[in-house]
Amino acid sequence: MARDRTPAELVGAAPEQAPFEITFDGRPITTLPGRSVAAALWSAGVLAWRTTRRGGRPRGAFCGIGHCYDCLATINGRPNRRACLVPARPGDTITTQEGHGHAEIAV
Amino acid sequence: MPKSPSDRAAGDPYGRVYDLAVIGAGCAGLAGAVTASERGLSVALLDTAGRIGGQFYRHPDPAFGAVRPEALHHDWSAFAGLRRRLEAGDVAHLAGHHVWTVERQDGADTPWTVHAITGADGDGEHPVRVQARTVLLATGAYERQLPFPGWTLPGVVGAAGAQAMLKAGLVLPGRRVVVAGSGPLLLAVAASLATAGARVPAVVEAAGYLGYARRPAVLAADPQKLAEAVVHGAALLGHGVRLRTRSAVTQVHGTDRVEAVTVSRVDRDWRPVRGTGRRIACDALAVGHGLVPQIELATSLGCATRRTKDGTHALALDAFQRTSVPGLWAAGETGGIGGAQLARVEGEIAGIAVAAQVRDGAAPARDGRVRELRRRRERMRAFAGAMAAVHAPGKGWAEWLDDATEVCRCEEVTVGAVREAVDAYGARDARTVKLLTRAGMGWCQGRTCGAAVACLAAGEGPLFLPPSPERRPLAGPVPLGVLGSLDPSEPSAAPAAPAGPAEQPDTDRPDGNSGPRD
Repeated sequence: MARDRTPAELVGAAPEQAPFEITFDGRPITTLPGRSVAAALWSAGVLAWRTTRRGGRPRGAFCGIGHCYDCLATINGRPNRRACLVPARPGDTITTQEGHGHAEIAV
Repeated sequence: MPKSPSDRAAGDPYGRVYDLAVIGAGCAGLAGAVTASERGLSVALLDTAGRIGGQFYRHPDPAFGAVRPEALHHDWSAFAGLRRRLEAGDVAHLAGHHVWTVERQDGADTPWTVHAITGADGDGEHPVRVQARTVLLATGAYERQLPFPGWTLPGVVGAAGAQAMLKAGLVLPGRRVVVAGSGPLLLAVAASLATAGARVPAVVEAAGYLGYARRPAVLAADPQKLAEAVVHGAALLGHGVRLRTRSAVTQVHGTDRVEAVTVSRVDRDWRPVRGTGRRIACDALAVGHGLVPQIELATSLGCATRRTKDGTHALALDAFQRTSVPGLWAAGETGGIGGAQLARVEGEIAGIAVAAQVRDGAAPARDGRVRELRRRRERMRAFAGAMAAVHAPGKGWAEWLDDATEVCRCEEVTVGAVREAVDAYGARDARTVKLLTRAGMGWCQGRTCGAAVACLAAGEGPLFLPPSPERRPLAGPVPLGVLGSLDPSEPSAAPAAPAGPAEQPDTDRPDGNSGPRD
């Protein structure tokens, strides 16, 4: 049984473009081209990239199709991006979104 | 933004009037768009995603260079056929278009205006509108979620979500994934996860599969569905996956992420049976309790709905896929959950019917093709009805909650708060609970918690009643800058003022309770 098979091997992925790097809270993550930010994070074993506004609890992708807004992340300095929909690009800076992500505005 | 076939719709895709605007490029929308286009109609096909296929045929970005994209799909050839027809024709495919409302002007030559914002997550740069003589809604479905203690821990993901992330991103949420909830999708998800290299220690199904055996006539009428079940079943057996029916995950363990789940037996009403809990180690849980038709765009236009056997609401459609609103057709899951094949059949019927309407102002002639399609639709609808009845949530599910369980994930509203609204303040419906607790008022606008809140509010009353008609003017979050930039007198796209990202929408408006009901 092919226990060690990866999804990429299953579909015979052979990207022309080389794997690239993004960072998550400063830590480099290498990923394949074609992934969403959420998929890139999952591929590195990261499941949470937001803390909730009230309880400060960790959250990440849940519905995977842009409906639930649980996967909101700060991408290249912009908060409230749906990580499951936004494609990862080389050099992207992903940071954990704390609460509503607008702490600097201090309402 | 749109890359693929759309770019061939030379010039400004927003500066013309289409015979038909199709919303949703999944099975139903694709079938409807190519059918209508091949019959001579000008067609715009809008979809939120960058690639066609919807949820069922969600597939990796071309950048992956996948040589076997079909390895994660059933019936890929049917999709490949639709894609070929789309590429060969001149449908304007508008990818990355998030439709937030559809406007109808009575008596106008061009009655329909479809408003969308663009970009991968709708964070895009400017609002656009597409004008059309008719509209086909093919917006599909999303997953129904019922909460349970621990379901907000990272590592708990929607079953459909895990499937979507796998199909498009070629990633898994963990290495050892329990699949739980109810509905036939669970088998497909478990088979995909296992085939892609995850260990799936158990598929936990709250219903009993014996329910199917009580409906032999319906089963026999749709042999392809049976074949699908056999394929999934064989795949699961091959991977050593165990199916536990009449069981549910009643607790997730872990501090910052999933470490294990407790699976308990449930009775016929999904009430957990005390003392039957068993712990299963895992690092992820994929969970879902069936699918819900996504019909906000239609209900905000006043379309009549019907109640399905599993307590959701679907659009009421006639034999030619017409909604109760003139000029508006719907196909696929919007008319009730029935699967990809049914969606293709209904999309084609709708395409034929719209073409006949636009060209001849009449219903299509009853030729052999239409007869055949309608016969197949009836058969598959019957099967879908039986399936919905088998997997309809039992009333006892709420007994696996504790007061600290969060119901509304966006606003972090607990079961305790909802129960207080019901018991102490007399709330009897989801809307009143929302006003008292904010449950359903957050980013997702109640899509995730709506079914559960409605259920808790109904208490001992009938399950999943009342279905607030959800007459919302906006089907998704829209930056204020976009709304502010809309000039009613100007039909083409106007760039939005630089706006902040879509903030928590507070689109809550009186529901009016005047929407058509079944």
